[in-house]
Amino acid sequence: MSGGAGGEGRIAALLGSREEAVLDRWTALVAENVRGRLTERELRAELTELYGLLARVHDDADGTVRGELRAALAEMSRSRARQGFSPSETAVGVFAVKQAVLEAVEESGDTEAYREFARFSAFVDDLGLVTFETYAAEREQVIADQAEQLLELSTPVVKLWDGILGVPLVGTLDSARTQIVMESLLQMLVETGSEHAVIDITGVPAVDTEVAQHLLKTVMAARLMGTDCVISGIRPQIAQTIVGLGIEFGDIVTKATLADALAYALDRSGVSVVKAV
Amino acid sequence: MSREPAGGELPIASHDDVVRVRQLARSLAAAAGMSLVDQTKIVTAASELARNTLVYGGGGTARVERVERPSPRAGARAGVRIVFSDDGPGIPDVDQALAEGWTSGGGLGLGLPGARRLVDEFDLDTEPGRGTTVTVTKWCR
Repeated sequence: MSGGAGGEGRIAALLGSREEAVLDRWTALVAENVRGRLTERELRAELTELYGLLARVHDDADGTVRGELRAALAEMSRSRARQGFSPSETAVGVFAVKQAVLEAVEESGDTEAYREFARFSAFVDDLGLVTFETYAAEREQVIADQAEQLLELSTPVVKLWDGILGVPLVGTLDSARTQIVMESLLQMLVETGSEHAVIDITGVPAVDTEVAQHLLKTVMAARLMGTDCVISGIRPQIAQTIVGLGIEFGDIVTKATLADALAYALDRSGVSVVKAV
Repeated sequence: MSREPAGGELPIASHDDVVRVRQLARSLAAAAGMSLVDQTKIVTAASELARNTLVYGGGGTARVERVERPSPRAGARAGVRIVFSDDGPGIPDVDQALAEGWTSGGGLGLGLPGARRLVDEFDLDTEPGRGTTVTVTKWCR
């Protein structure tokens, strides 16, 4: 951005002399867009900071003001992204300054300032891109955070019966997920002193060698703690694929449905279920 | 006429990409009219091979497409073809890599031979230092 925002400084001078008016107009334009979700005072404080930096960009020799400006904008778009504003609502916060400045230029009637305005406009467009990039990056972060939360939510260990735990697995079973499942299962085993655990894979769409290996490791770890594991929810297509791949579950008990597995575990713990007569 | 899912080339650079390859393979297999068992087989093979591309090939691409071939009975038979390619180190000993239970990376050693059994056509093209290309095809029965 050679030449900066000010060029020969007409716009910079204008920004200095008409601060109140331009800032008022800018705030009003942005407020129209974010109606109700930000108070006028918050908005005014934010924009005053940006305005101060924008007015100083003109005599910014070493680029510190420009750096500050970018940082301030990045901060603003990050908080907008977190608060759920749309990308255009965020970007308009920056672009609206062009409108406000143009109106001020028109009022002043300074033809020289018009010429400078083109350069100023390009500079503001550049700043707009900064807000956009930060906004997108922040939203990605929000999504990544949610995915992580989902990961923890989706691996519950439940008590099916006295001494029998259930681990319903849904979705993709990768290394990170397996680690969480294994940890929470082993922890629950200690807390409840359960001797049986049923790992249900009805909700796992595909069992490949990696998933199988993770399952085997989980079962082995539970075994070392003295717990018998049953894997249930093996659907016909999964069974055929496992055979095709050549995976062997060895002496691990597997059942077609969770009900079968529970019946098996109850039987092994000496509980018999009878119909009331 | 319902909209058919389009095939395409996907990058394989992370574990999320492996999931994406799997999803595309599943939607194409379903659109081609494969039985649930065959869908699961091609999806599982895709999962194995995509992970191989990522872990051993250092990342690459997967091209998933619907293919057709003439059938003596009724018109054409549909199928799904997936081409995995990487510019990784290649496989020095192909026979060993295809052997049951042999692994260079701490897995079960069933990925490559297992994937071969799950599909109808399997082609492995590799040379040390030149990367690896695996092409698999599964036809509707």
